[in-house]
Amino acid sequence: MDRVAIVGASMTQFGQREGWIRELLAEAGQDCLANAGVDGDDLEHLYVSNMASGEFEGQTGIANAVAHDLDALPAYTARIDQTSSSGGAGVYSAWQSVASGASDLTLLIGGEKMTHRSTAEATDVIASLTHPAEYKHGVTLPSFAGLTARRYLHEYDAPRESLAKVAVKNHKNGVDNPHAQFQKEVDLETVMESPIVADPLRLYDFCPITDGSAALLLCPESVADEYADEYAVISGIGGATDTHVVHEREDPTVMNGVVDSSAIAYEQAGLRPDDIDVAELHDMFTILEFLQSEGLGFFEQGEGWKAVEEGVTDRDGELPINTSGGLKSKGHPLGASGVAQVYEIYQQLTGAAGPRQVEADTGLACNVGGFGNCVITTIMEAGQ
Amino acid sequence: MSNHETASDATDDADADETDDQPPMEAARYPDGTILYPVHPLGPESQEPVGTVDLSEYRATVVTWTTSTATPPGVREPNHLAIVEFHVDGEPVRAIGQLTTGDVEIGDTVEPVYAAELRDPDAGIRERKSQSWDGYRFRPVE
Repeated sequence: MDRVAIVGASMTQFGQREGWIRELLAEAGQDCLANAGVDGDDLEHLYVSNMASGEFEGQTGIANAVAHDLDALPAYTARIDQTSSSGGAGVYSAWQSVASGASDLTLLIGGEKMTHRSTAEATDVIASLTHPAEYKHGVTLPSFAGLTARRYLHEYDAPRESLAKVAVKNHKNGVDNPHAQFQKEVDLETVMESPIVADPLRLYDFCPITDGSAALLLCPESVADEYADEYAVISGIGGATDTHVVHEREDPTVMNGVVDSSAIAYEQAGLRPDDIDVAELHDMFTILEFLQSEGLGFFEQGEGWKAVEEGVTDRDGELPINTSGGLKSKGHPLGASGVAQVYEIYQQLTGAAGPRQVEADTGLACNVGGFGNCVITTIMEAGQ
Repeated sequence: MSNHETASDATDDADADETDDQPPMEAARYPDGTILYPVHPLGPESQEPVGTVDLSEYRATVVTWTTSTATPPGVREPNHLAIVEFHVDGEPVRAIGQLTTGDVEIGDTVEPVYAAELRDPDAGIRERKSQSWDGYRFRPVE
């Protein structure tokens, strides 16, 4: 089977942006097309990853809107919503469109406009994904993180500082990412003394509220060299779903969606966890980096915190994680994040990551929706 | 014991809206013996429920807890929350809910206490009529 290649990628500045969702999506899409020398009307499929433009901004129908703005008519288009993993789900749909033969040229754009809302309002929009039995108690995604972090620290005798070290590491990586919302290092003391948000987690254990977008251009590998000298291929991709009601999971410290989606992706790629050279994980909360690194098989259950303590996941470590700065410092515009994760792996595999560059032939991106409710794991390799 | 009490914390007694006609904290029992809270139309092995259990009659153990200070519109601040585990006829069943206090630890025993309104139904994004807003908080048992 012809593999699916990524032959172009773009990412806008993440942070507090002037533009609204249509403008943000068009910006990333236009950049991606221009980089690959492709016109909008060359596209056969166009997918837009976005969680909640209707709720945030009152703008629905954005896939059609962006297709028109990019002169991509009459390409088939659809909006992909899978909450925080909308971006990863968009990668899945875009991959399917090419792998199935339905499209020979597919553009994926992910984006979200959030910062015009207060933190409380944005938190409530995101918390609206919860079950009514959770929502009525005021349960939010950050509170799930607090509940899980406390259990993890208790279960595995991990020091509180190990979570803070995730934030320190990812902020350090973000300094070299010109698109990151925060390009500033933080020290351990700053993290540990920041205000409590969901005990035991503090402000610096959480990603910010962010505007931004990112895009990818996909085609069959057999024609990849028509668009780019350097490209990457999706060698494995898996999606999986866990319980909607978070407390029904047998072990609160295991993300079954990560385990299940990565098992599919590894099998498809014919690779194992120790074949991965670089990874982008969904560190919406610091605790998630531990849970994913364990669920993906990089480290044993309950041992992910030790890898961070020992520097294994540093940029110059054995397995660099979140060289982009992660959601933690790069920012988390919901629908864009999964696309931006793949953008970073693409940059690493094509040797275009600049000061963030690590030695990598194989990379992995893991995008998490809800609190592990839906997960997409994508494995990529450098094109031949 | 931890201590996160603040002046704005609800007290144990003030949190309880106990009345004679308070609804049950309803969980569903499935053919294989599994009990789930909340109720799902289909449970393990795609089986429909065969009965219900009122968890408000049982005590539970704190699996984990947090105090959230960044709460959405209409939610008390701080908001103490816990995942707890009941044992009903030897069968474990978990639930999430507000705590009456932040002065708890993992492993503590709690009991459900009824609250007529857990958050302001008119303040958040969700349609008021789409769900109920009463329920059970968990109160530590001495």
